[in-house]
Amino acid sequence: MRSRSALLVLADGRLPTGGYAHSAGLEQAIRQGWVTEIGGLRDFLRGRLHTTGLMNAAFAVAAWNAVDEFMLAEAAPARSSNAESTSESTSGTASTTSTAEALLTLNAELIARTPSPALRRIGAWLGTLMLRSMRSIHPHPLLETLPKDLQQPLVYGAVGRVLGLSDADTAATILHEAVTGPATAAVKLMHIDPFQAHGAIIDLAADLDEAAERATDFGRGDPAEIPALSAPLSDFAAELHEGDNVRLFAS
Amino acid sequence: MSNGKRALRLGIAGPVGTGKSSSIANICTALADEFRIGVITNDIYTDEDARFLKAAGVLPEERIRAVETGACPHTAIRDDVSMNLLAVEGLEEDFDPLDIVLVESGGDNLTATFSPALVDAQLFVLDVAGGGDVARKGGPGIGRADLLVINKIDLGEHVDVDVEQMLADAREAREGHPVLGVSRKIPETVEALADWVREVHARFVKGDHTPVDPGPMAPHFHADEDAEGGYMHTHGEGEAAHSH
Repeated sequence: MRSRSALLVLADGRLPTGGYAHSAGLEQAIRQGWVTEIGGLRDFLRGRLHTTGLMNAAFAVAAWNAVDEFMLAEAAPARSSNAESTSESTSGTASTTSTAEALLTLNAELIARTPSPALRRIGAWLGTLMLRSMRSIHPHPLLETLPKDLQQPLVYGAVGRVLGLSDADTAATILHEAVTGPATAAVKLMHIDPFQAHGAIIDLAADLDEAAERATDFGRGDPAEIPALSAPLSDFAAELHEGDNVRLFAS
Repeated sequence: MSNGKRALRLGIAGPVGTGKSSSIANICTALADEFRIGVITNDIYTDEDARFLKAAGVLPEERIRAVETGACPHTAIRDDVSMNLLAVEGLEEDFDPLDIVLVESGGDNLTATFSPALVDAQLFVLDVAGGGDVARKGGPGIGRADLLVINKIDLGEHVDVDVEQMLADAREAREGHPVLGVSRKIPETVEALADWVREVHARFVKGDHTPVDPGPMAPHFHADEDAEGGYMHTHGEGEAAHSH
């Protein structure tokens, strides 16, 4: 397994998947006066990891587990030849279909837990970006069969599977991104220095690890039972941000 | 590699305020009857450049799309081109067939160039008002973009810049690669810019165009401290940059 190295690559903010243009709602929270200094940033990050971070990680785990074992095994040899993939066995086609259907069900469940239309659009856009990039970075037949416009956490789940990560590590990646994204954006948005911003992330390490475990438990169970851990102010912030004409970050 | 089956992707880079958007407006106006053109703009703050181009009326509005770059316009054209790539592909899909997609970078410094993963060719825009010495400073865009445009040449006398000298400096810095002096007030210069785009497109369609990556910093000259000679050198990959 090459999972440890692959995990570091997937979690690296430099992975070219468009995430750096987003602040996860922090820019608007600052604009509204909800976050004003380092203490506020720490609270913002903690809140994010225990709400949307945890929920998104749970959905990534669910997506990871929705990828049909049979399909993953069947798909690999087919990539070397188009002729082979067109004459794919019926069972292979069936598992492709069942994986796609399971992912679409998860997508509907996640959207149902995302009240803000703006956040739904951003989630689909970031999912599309990640899929587009990963198809170039690490071509794999599974990535060619995913439904369009999946929310980003579900794409993370499929990508984690393709890269040979465990579902728990995939959850940890989502949670890492959930706090490092806004923390690094904070350096451009607030009067704080980059050492404080990263200090805030390190201070959350135990919380992040624990949340990854909880997300893994939720994601391995019935997706309908994944809690709707949205953050109402983040939903408002996303809607307000769309109408804001002078902004550094897209969200 | 270029095969003419998709649109030619042409990048326009250069420092802020040198006239990237107006160069795009000039190109669109000159070529509107010959080519089906789309434009992607990259901005630091939302969609200012897209709005400028829409207001200029040089293209149908829906063919101009903005990409928001999260305060990092250089990243969006070089390190992480995913947003721009998806925007270009979306435009090509929605308005198929397009002949040319122009991608405008957000105004940045002299080091920002487009990744070969995003564009087939790129032009770099400087202007005389930015100072007559800028062309001599070199850098990947000035040195090795497919075309260097020295814009606003009509302003030379007002800003004490010898335009001919600046053009000569630019040609020297580029070792013979093309340089154009352009002013939107001098129609033949705009036509020369349009001709260059026609040539690149013709090569692209024939399959004769090979994208060139301006890449890292261009070879450049260091004057000796004692004003005795000096030396040319380049920076290898991964080598620590020094200040100029």
